[in-house]
Amino acid sequence: MSTQKVLMGNHALSWGAVTSRVQVISAYPITPQTQVVELLSEMCTDGTLDAEFIKVESEHSAMAACIGASAAGARTFTATSAQGLALMHEMLHWAVGGRLPVVMGNINRAMAPPWTIWTEQTDSLSQRDTGWLQVYASSNQEVYDSVLMAYKIAENRKVSLPMMIVLDAFFLSHTSENVIMIDQNKADAYLPKYDPEFKLDVKNPHTFGGLTTPDWYMELRYNIQKGMDDSYQVIRDAQSEFKSVFGRDYGMVEEYKCEDADVILVGMATAASTGKESIDILRNKGVKAGLLRIRYFRPFPFEDVRRVLKNAKQILVLDRNLSPGLGGITFQEVKSAMYNEKNKPPIYGFIMGLGGRDITVESITNLFEHAKKNDPQDIIWMEVKK
Amino acid sequence: MIEIRVHGRGGQGGVIASKILAYAFSIEGKSVQAFPEFGVERRGAPVTAFIRVSDKHINVRSKIYEPMHLIVLEPTLVTAIDITEGLKEGGFIIINTKRTPEEVHLKKTGSKIATVDATGIALKYRLGSSAAPIVNTAILGAFAKATGFVKIESIVTAIKKEVPIKPDENAKAAEEAFNSTIM
Amino acid sequence: MKRDGKKIIFEKAGDLPPMAMSLGTTEYNETGSWRNERPVVDSSKCTGCGICWKFCPDISIKEDANGKASIDYFFCKGCGICAVECPVKAIEMKEEEK
Repeated sequence: MSTQKVLMGNHALSWGAVTSRVQVISAYPITPQTQVVELLSEMCTDGTLDAEFIKVESEHSAMAACIGASAAGARTFTATSAQGLALMHEMLHWAVGGRLPVVMGNINRAMAPPWTIWTEQTDSLSQRDTGWLQVYASSNQEVYDSVLMAYKIAENRKVSLPMMIVLDAFFLSHTSENVIMIDQNKADAYLPKYDPEFKLDVKNPHTFGGLTTPDWYMELRYNIQKGMDDSYQVIRDAQSEFKSVFGRDYGMVEEYKCEDADVILVGMATAASTGKESIDILRNKGVKAGLLRIRYFRPFPFEDVRRVLKNAKQILVLDRNLSPGLGGITFQEVKSAMYNEKNKPPIYGFIMGLGGRDITVESITNLFEHAKKNDPQDIIWMEVKK
Repeated sequence: MIEIRVHGRGGQGGVIASKILAYAFSIEGKSVQAFPEFGVERRGAPVTAFIRVSDKHINVRSKIYEPMHLIVLEPTLVTAIDITEGLKEGGFIIINTKRTPEEVHLKKTGSKIATVDATGIALKYRLGSSAAPIVNTAILGAFAKATGFVKIESIVTAIKKEVPIKPDENAKAAEEAFNSTIM
Repeated sequence: MKRDGKKIIFEKAGDLPPMAMSLGTTEYNETGSWRNERPVVDSSKCTGCGICWKFCPDISIKEDANGKASIDYFFCKGCGICAVECPVKAIEMKEEEK
């Protein structure tokens, strides 16, 4: 029988690492991530988890330690947030270039200054071009399950890329919810031991990541893109096997009442979860509304997005992030996905909930009201004191 | 869906209370959410925590602005802040105080008031220090009694699983509060 | 932008300075209500050495007319550091009445 716990999102991440039998953890504490590594360090100390916990003096070093451990063939885990993720930036590229399947939890927190600890996606979306796979969760069950799937996907030799599991500060990280735990024997069968083709080995020495001339650098980049291309099928396979073993169904996207919808809202993370209630309210009023939640931001689920959105009459994109000078980041991806479609529905780009401002059921129904009365625009600020 | 707000002061265990209560509801097969006020907690400052309980999966992940029920860990908060802000009518207010519900100086609401001397019970079982008794487990016993939403047995099980220090004494405190709640 | 005593109230984005600044929040946020225990100075013992003033993290120790320590109860959070540091034990922590 499966056991159930009530876990905060941060502890769901920790337990995900435990269930995945991680071997090396290196992390530096930062609000709102702290409890993730607090629990893991306790478990390493009391013997619950047979892993090495490497204490470091910064996030840059944490990722460097993970890279070293992963290159030596260990399953590695870390977690961070906002400024910590930004400090890791150089090492994020190293993990990708090294083709190392490090898995990291990132708690979405707005960037400082001004000093802030509340949720926003700009920290992780700023790292979208590093080559990390990114999955955005909307419940603690999804956080927990995603860790196990992340190793399965990242360690697949067709992919061999690091992966980030992203969750909203406080709305998930500090919120306790029901989480069904995975039986360890079943987890071990689903996720076998990490067995890389190449690793640091004193008995069979090689140099990794050395100087590469223009003759071969481009081919290595080509292979990284190929890893991303191949990851679509690897992700789908990992998800369908997960469903058949554990019963929970995940896709690259989550569709909610989209089939016959005229107006579809595209969003990510907890705001999209709250949005389902808004869709129910609108449906009761006779509005044919639907919701598309993007789970994977990298690789971007172009096929799913086109399939779901192509028959819509209006597309609304909700961004809890901002690329100054451009607008909402999801909006840009959705728009580029639709550019070559014959039917190009008008797309509205809404910016809302920055710096942890609450996004309520009413906030989201208001987006549909706005789109009913106004022409589409690339940047529409909602609930801002202009 | 049931929405509950817990009022306390930083360090009194209001956030832990919300987690224990959520856990107790989950034992009875409910979907739950428990979360603190999103921010920085400071010892002694007024703090709040929140609980959602539902028979169905809970999609809403915004904050709670209009709770149905209140749990008040600290009698001084009744006059220090407006604990009834946004409160819906028809619920329960559980207050830690030596007073009876009639004696509580609370502005008129459409809620039923229940009181319990959780501080006295916490001191009796030596939970926390005499200057800062930990009343969070006792008041949950009173919540179970006043509302009938959750069994005292579930509260006791949750306390024994979730409270790392003096779990048995905390469980006894909840049971004693259950039996001494004034409605 | 409006003023309410010491408090500056912003009404819209255009009111804000270019970078976020703290505009006197420590002056109007009276944290005295957070106390569980209050420090009480015994003036007959206090030598006016100023050690409590130096250690108080909230600048809540003042010098009275006689050069002795006095407590600003509007801001003192009751941490008790002053009572611990006082070399002549002139400060006692007493439970707040509730």
